[in-house]
Amino acid sequence: MNFQVVVLAGGLSKTMYPLVSKDVPKALLPVGNRPLLSYVLELVEASNIKDIIVVVSGDDAALCVGNWVTEAFHDRLRVEVSGVSEDLDTAEALRAVSHLLTADDFLVVSGDLVCDVPVGAVAAAHRRQGALVTALLWPHPSTPNSETASGDKTKQPTTFDIIGLNSTHQHLLYVSTGMQSARDFQVRSSLLRAVGQMEIRTDLVDAHLYAFNRLLVQGVLESRPGQKSIKHDLVPYLVRSQLGLGVSSTTVGSPLEDRVENVNHLLDAEAFGKNRLPVAHSGLKCSTYIASKDRYCSRVNSLQAYLDVNRDLAGPEAIHLTGYTVSTQNNVIHETSEMGWKSTVGPYCMLGDGSTLGERCSIKRSVVGRHCRIGSNVKIINSVVMNYVTVEDGSLIQNSIICSNVILQERSMLKDCQVGPGYVVGPRMEIKGEALAKKEKL
Amino acid sequence: MAKKGARTTEMADYEVHVPLQAVLLADSFAQKFRPITLERPKMLLPLVNVPMIDYTLEWLASAGVEECFVFCCAHANQITSHLNKSPWMSQPDFTVSIIESHDCVSAGDALRVIEQRGVVRGDFVLVSGDTVSNMSLTEVLKEHQERRKKDKLAVMTMVVKKSKPSPLTYQTRLGNDELLLMIDPQSKQLLHYDAVREPGSRDSLQGNYVQRHVSLDRSIFHDRPVVQLSNNLQDCHIDICSPEVLLLFTDNFDYQQLRRDFVKGLLSDEIMGNKIFTYEISNEYAARVDNLRAYDVVSQDIIHRWTYPMVPDILCAGPKASMRLERCNVYKEGGVILARTAMIGENTVLGEDTTVGDNSSIQQSVIGRGCTIGKNVVIEGCHIWDDVRIEDYVQLRYSVVCDGATVKKGAILEPGVVLSFRVVIGSEFRVPAYSKISMVPQPTEEDSSDEELEYADVASGRADSPRSPFTEDQSTRNGSISGDEDDTAEGPNWDPIEVGETGAGYRWAVRDGGQEEEWRHSVAPIPPEKIQEIAAANSEHDVEEVDYDIRALGGRDSLEEEEDEDEEEEDDFEKEVAETFLRAARGVSGVQQEHVVIEVNSLKLAFNKTFADCAGAMFKAIIDLALEAPHPTAKELLSITKDVFSRWGSLLCKFLKGSDDEHEVLLTFEEICIESHKEFAPLFSQVLHMLYDIDVVSEDAIIAWASEKQYADESDKVFLKQSEKFIQWLKEAPEEEDEDEEDDT
Repeated sequence: MNFQVVVLAGGLSKTMYPLVSKDVPKALLPVGNRPLLSYVLELVEASNIKDIIVVVSGDDAALCVGNWVTEAFHDRLRVEVSGVSEDLDTAEALRAVSHLLTADDFLVVSGDLVCDVPVGAVAAAHRRQGALVTALLWPHPSTPNSETASGDKTKQPTTFDIIGLNSTHQHLLYVSTGMQSARDFQVRSSLLRAVGQMEIRTDLVDAHLYAFNRLLVQGVLESRPGQKSIKHDLVPYLVRSQLGLGVSSTTVGSPLEDRVENVNHLLDAEAFGKNRLPVAHSGLKCSTYIASKDRYCSRVNSLQAYLDVNRDLAGPEAIHLTGYTVSTQNNVIHETSEMGWKSTVGPYCMLGDGSTLGERCSIKRSVVGRHCRIGSNVKIINSVVMNYVTVEDGSLIQNSIICSNVILQERSMLKDCQVGPGYVVGPRMEIKGEALAKKEKL
Repeated sequence: MAKKGARTTEMADYEVHVPLQAVLLADSFAQKFRPITLERPKMLLPLVNVPMIDYTLEWLASAGVEECFVFCCAHANQITSHLNKSPWMSQPDFTVSIIESHDCVSAGDALRVIEQRGVVRGDFVLVSGDTVSNMSLTEVLKEHQERRKKDKLAVMTMVVKKSKPSPLTYQTRLGNDELLLMIDPQSKQLLHYDAVREPGSRDSLQGNYVQRHVSLDRSIFHDRPVVQLSNNLQDCHIDICSPEVLLLFTDNFDYQQLRRDFVKGLLSDEIMGNKIFTYEISNEYAARVDNLRAYDVVSQDIIHRWTYPMVPDILCAGPKASMRLERCNVYKEGGVILARTAMIGENTVLGEDTTVGDNSSIQQSVIGRGCTIGKNVVIEGCHIWDDVRIEDYVQLRYSVVCDGATVKKGAILEPGVVLSFRVVIGSEFRVPAYSKISMVPQPTEEDSSDEELEYADVASGRADSPRSPFTEDQSTRNGSISGDEDDTAEGPNWDPIEVGETGAGYRWAVRDGGQEEEWRHSVAPIPPEKIQEIAAANSEHDVEEVDYDIRALGGRDSLEEEEDEDEEEEDDFEKEVAETFLRAARGVSGVQQEHVVIEVNSLKLAFNKTFADCAGAMFKAIIDLALEAPHPTAKELLSITKDVFSRWGSLLCKFLKGSDDEHEVLLTFEEICIESHKEFAPLFSQVLHMLYDIDVVSEDAIIAWASEKQYADESDKVFLKQSEKFIQWLKEAPEEEDEDEEDDT
């Protein structure tokens, strides 16, 4: 298909504290008992696109990710893992790897995307429209209003994107990324004149999967060093300048060669510094691919999202993404795991290989990783337990995330907690709503 | 005439309770058809040889309306007599009642009168008498009533139709200004209604009135995730209203216009929560003849049969024989006499008993009844009403010629001319484009606002009624046209420059901002030069706009651009401070120094500035004040400056909280001397000394300034050198200075 894919896999994300550590960067966090990055890579693989550049911030993290990728995707994909400096924003990271891009168009995917929208469909829509950029949008399950009501503290407060589409829902006309805190938002009247009708929607979520026209985006990135973020700078810039002038003369289905020529011409003009708006005259449009409602799409960009996605992956919404076979009880229990007398694992749960449960345990709506040793009378509800965790008798874990190698001593109670890797929770501790992490040894 | 379809039976359910009523406003409350409307109400003007009101009544009758209330105000007697003569008053299932009122100046007043009469009992159709439509009301009424059952606050349903405005002139085909509508695509609720070009502000300058941005409130998304913003919808001015609409007009006695006051008022009123919904038609026709361009366009639509069954061969049932449709949309009524060599082009209507002479050509025009057209006449895109005489070798293009007018031999009418009733154009005379000529002199009163305009229309309309031009028309129509010529002979001294040697009529002068209206709303197509002009202006404007947009893009694009914006803000701040200061300086009553201090402090907070900025801006303002007085020589300027500073220096000091701020003042002064007011340049050191004397700037600040400048470019040091002596003196005699101060205290 002559597409390349850039996966922005992040590094030691601050929002995921205390889950990530030097050994486990965000890309390798287990989600549904599989590393997060594997979902994106398999999604891309399913669309028969083989050239992938994984951009990881931080060299150590890049090394970790690189090791895992070579092991897991050896002979399957041509993956190049590229480490960039840690404090780069998305567009800056893209700029850093832009010399590696050779295909006509490329996709940029956020590494924390878990979805089953065929990437190929997005790429095809992009080609069909001859678009400058194609963004994958998916309908938000709830209105922005109810989202704020749920009091989601880890997400950005009450911001939602305002997205303008044309009447056929194919062209992206307007983007306001919710950065502006102002009550009003403004729509250029010339834009409205050009399109006649515009649908402004707030129920669409940007999935952070974009297809870009390479030449143009490389040109923009080069000529505009001020652009930092793809979502907040690059895409709004492209959207704003697409219909800047001569809208009536834009052609949708112009042949590819014309377009490339067009683009070349523009970049020449850009190089001479004469044309401030390379995009305006190109006749290229920004388009969208709107995922249908029955597709699953979610990003692991906060602790809450991490819990939610894990639950979704164990549940009926997204179990197909993991590739596990579901038992008759609607759960996934690895055959090598052992369960003691009267222990129950409810529906929509996962239990990894080699994990053992003691007597009278109960696991509900939770994901338990590999080789965990769980004592007797333990209750795990609505939680994620990673690998090699020891939970002693009588403990209760509710709504919490327990990282690898954690030891919960007997009768400890955790509610709404995140426990970093290797932490030891003392016996009979009752902890609510805290993030626990081992102190880094210097 | 009225055809009652099967729809009546369909609607039987609710007709049991209330018959379907319609309110027809037979007064446009506008002036766009002047000068014609001075003599005849707009609703009676012939549209393809049929009075406009007949189209509306025909449509209402065929759409199943049973009771129609015709509200008339200006020229009420003419409308009444027209209706009394027409078959409308004696239809079996369609009753027409006339409501007359003479003190209404707007649609709002009219609806208030109708409310008082208490005749409206249920949902009603509100239209204006100049509506041409063939839409079925069944569907929209059903939607409206079903909505009403669920939500009592859904008081009105507005009919809209797609019509994309021209990207150049921002007006629709019908000559209306583009309209910005925001609609909830699910419920079809109207959320925002805005004519982008406000009718009140008719700037002659292109682009001035065009808003760059449409600002919308985020709060609209609280209830709904999706809204639709469109400017390609045209308001058909057909509304399905609930009786509450009348009450709302009574409650809000200041509502004048239906759209500008009522709709906008309702949408912005969150307390009552009344809602307006839209209904979009696509295959049916609906248009309102709002201006002359719409008049021309709707005429052509009728000729092209878009409005079927409202087409000439069905509607024009003349006394002799009905109208015949021939090939290429040529309609001929009985008694038409054409010379063998006359060429009748396509899309033309010829009224009864009209004669056309040899070698004349007529295209895309409507010719009324009893017209006489001479030889070698060229008529293109014109609307010629009844009993018009056009002599040989006349050329008419895109004009409106009213009843009884005469165009004498060899005269030429340029595009956009309007000849009102009985006007005579002298032979060989060339009428300039967009002229409006009437036998009635132009009213002299100056109208400032739209409301007054409307009022003026009505007032003059009433004033005219006693003279009853309508009956006069009748007489001229029946009598010979020579009567007109007699008129001209006896008539007052017509100006031959206006209407030609043997002409008759007053040419109406164009009012302020009228030029703009002329080409926009005339029957003539917009001339290509004008379009080019607009296109050029627009593209310029667009480039600017895009530049602006890019800059507005969070200011993250480049540092340079960010500074630009800062500067703009800076200018604003300085302007504000200067204005505040000048209010005090000019002695605006009650503004005292303390007030200035408070105001400037609040500005400082508002613009997020420092005291140094305030001081700089204030200093500039003071200098500007000094410059205001005449100052022929430098010496005088110095003395004026001294005066001003002795008065206002203390005010300036209020903003000097440290030597940094004083430093800023010095830098500002330097900037002024270099950039804005070079006349200060030679006085720099003197003024500096003076500032020092009145304790505006301290010794420390001056020395700090001097030492900073030490390493600057040579060009920057001009003022430093100028004041070298003074600084030297300051440095040398610090002790002395201190002693002085001690002495003072």
